[in-house]
Amino acid sequence: MSDVEETMKRINSHKGVQGIIIVNNDGIPIRTTLDSAITVQYAALVTHMASKARSVVRTLDSQNDLHFLRIRSKKHEIMVAPDNDYVLIVVQNPSAT
Amino acid sequence: FKERTYKFEPMVDQMEMHYQAEGYVLYRLSDEAKRQVELEKLEAEAQAEFERMLNPPKDADGKFIELPEGEAPDDSKALRNQFNYSERAAQTQNNPYRDRHTSTEPPPTAAFNAACTQWDIYDAYMEDQHRQHVQKEMQRAKGKPDKNKKDEVKEETRREGKEGVMHGPSMCKAVKVMERMVNQNSFSDIADDFKYWEDASDQFREGEGTLLPLWKFYNERAKRKHVTSICWNPEYYDLFAVGYGSFDFMKQSSGLICCYSLKNPSHPEYTFTTESGVMALDFHPQHSSLLAVGLYDGTVMVFDVRNKVNRPIFSSSVKTGKHTDPVWQVCWQLEEDVTKELNFFSVSSDGRVTLWNMSKSELTYQDVMQLKLVGNSKDAPDDDTTLGSLAGGCSFDFNKISDHLFVVGTEEGNIHKCSKAYNSQYLETYKGHHMSVYTVQWNYQHPKVFLSASADWTVKLWEHTNPKPVMSFDLNNAVGDVVWAPYSSTVFAAVTSDGKVHVFDLNENKHEPMCEQKIVKKAKLTKIAFNKRHPIILVGDDHGCITSLKLSPNLRKQAATTPEQEQEKLNKLMEVALKGEV
Repeated sequence: MSDVEETMKRINSHKGVQGIIIVNNDGIPIRTTLDSAITVQYAALVTHMASKARSVVRTLDSQNDLHFLRIRSKKHEIMVAPDNDYVLIVVQNPSAT
Repeated sequence: FKERTYKFEPMVDQMEMHYQAEGYVLYRLSDEAKRQVELEKLEAEAQAEFERMLNPPKDADGKFIELPEGEAPDDSKALRNQFNYSERAAQTQNNPYRDRHTSTEPPPTAAFNAACTQWDIYDAYMEDQHRQHVQKEMQRAKGKPDKNKKDEVKEETRREGKEGVMHGPSMCKAVKVMERMVNQNSFSDIADDFKYWEDASDQFREGEGTLLPLWKFYNERAKRKHVTSICWNPEYYDLFAVGYGSFDFMKQSSGLICCYSLKNPSHPEYTFTTESGVMALDFHPQHSSLLAVGLYDGTVMVFDVRNKVNRPIFSSSVKTGKHTDPVWQVCWQLEEDVTKELNFFSVSSDGRVTLWNMSKSELTYQDVMQLKLVGNSKDAPDDDTTLGSLAGGCSFDFNKISDHLFVVGTEEGNIHKCSKAYNSQYLETYKGHHMSVYTVQWNYQHPKVFLSASADWTVKLWEHTNPKPVMSFDLNNAVGDVVWAPYSSTVFAAVTSDGKVHVFDLNENKHEPMCEQKIVKKAKLTKIAFNKRHPIILVGDDHGCITSLKLSPNLRKQAATTPEQEQEKLNKLMEVALKGEV
């Protein structure tokens, strides 16, 4: 399973990527490349957002499920991959040189 | 009181009643009171009499009988006053009340909030259903219940134990898609171009087109190698394989195969290394994970791209008849044998065209053709001049329609048409090139026409019944590769060593390219490939870099839509050309 590690390293070193956070079921970040204050904030807020988004998708059609969520703001883009066991969050600034 | 013992009363009230007897308060002078007094007197008399009678009975038995009669009238006297009304009142003493409170500690509580949404309910139902299903299966498989249970339990614990959350299979997928998303963001303008950009200026320029550069695929490991072969995957239109090796005779190193996807330009999806430089690649048209590879040292291998291991599933060796010279091209066969085994052809400089058969454990080979040297017409007839040496084959291609026909290009510049059925003789020889023919390719739509590209700086168009070329294009520099476009019978593209791509559309302009564009600086372009679905071409160079380019609309013109029309187009062109030459 070092494929996962490798891919994560590559994502991290990609142009414009500010950081990666992996949060587990209970909302505790288990892996992060940002400093802890920001990480905790991101973990709490993004988890809520992801579960709300998931609720939207599933209420409209019970057999559907949320795959990915991308929030694009002025300064950067937050990409979220939610799952039953974890939530993967990547923050990237797409216009960085 | 009754038991004449001290009784332990567990809880003592304020007042404990030891003896309780109800009494009436009677007004002394009332009738009732008088009656009661009389009654008491009577009772006293009766008592006295009774006692008197008791004492003497010892004297005589006869006197006993008198006793009961005497007592009876006493009783009757007691029953009277049923019609006198008397009121009775009684008052009990009220105990003073005292309030008493107890308070207990509340049990520990926790506030519980839950929102029930529609999908929660759905999930619960699905789980229940699943459980029922599992139970049914367990019941059904009563013969081997132990094995199943054990396996399931073992698997689950293993999965949970070793991998944990971080490396589960779903994490793999999510991380992969995430990488692609990140890439998409960085290259977002390129991705937009890929999909939506159409060069509007083409409307104004008749007879000219442009190539828009899109992504560049580059891998550190491939830095000093030449791109020797590119092949698109027939099933997944965004996946392609690149072979890296070296064209230099002196500098030979290890080879590399990378499979890239257009969705992730920064990192290959799959990588394999080989001992010797890779010269040729081909994906199987139906089993799209099988890749046939030809190497510089003459070995052929078959890789399964899905395997994570770096080894091929089949490899030829000296024993099993590998070529003694570099393998320049490999090509899978579509037709299936009676035995349903997959097979492919390879051509090499040692003059052999070989058919390789993938049997269960190994590759077996069969020489289909040996390329004999064909002398010029000035020399003596063939029998005398065949010196027993063979011409080196550089490229070959099978006819799209009649599968048994194929053309082979040689190092001497001759092109031979052969058939799988005849092993010893060429059906036809085409002389036109003076130096090695690097590529031959049949037209996708027209089964009689093929192109050849050679080191003598020309690209020639042939019609297979005519031993002389129909058209010839001089490109001013050594041509590395030429390919037909899959969507039109008159469009083809060629790459040259000066870093330029030439795109020709014979329908528009027969002598000049529609587009002549320099793609790379200071590099020689070595290979080119068209994508069947998207208007993209891939160009490989000798610095190990692949550039993808988008064809502008002028280059993509598809005036005719049916194969017959395509053929018609080409036929007309060729007639004109032939007339012109003659």
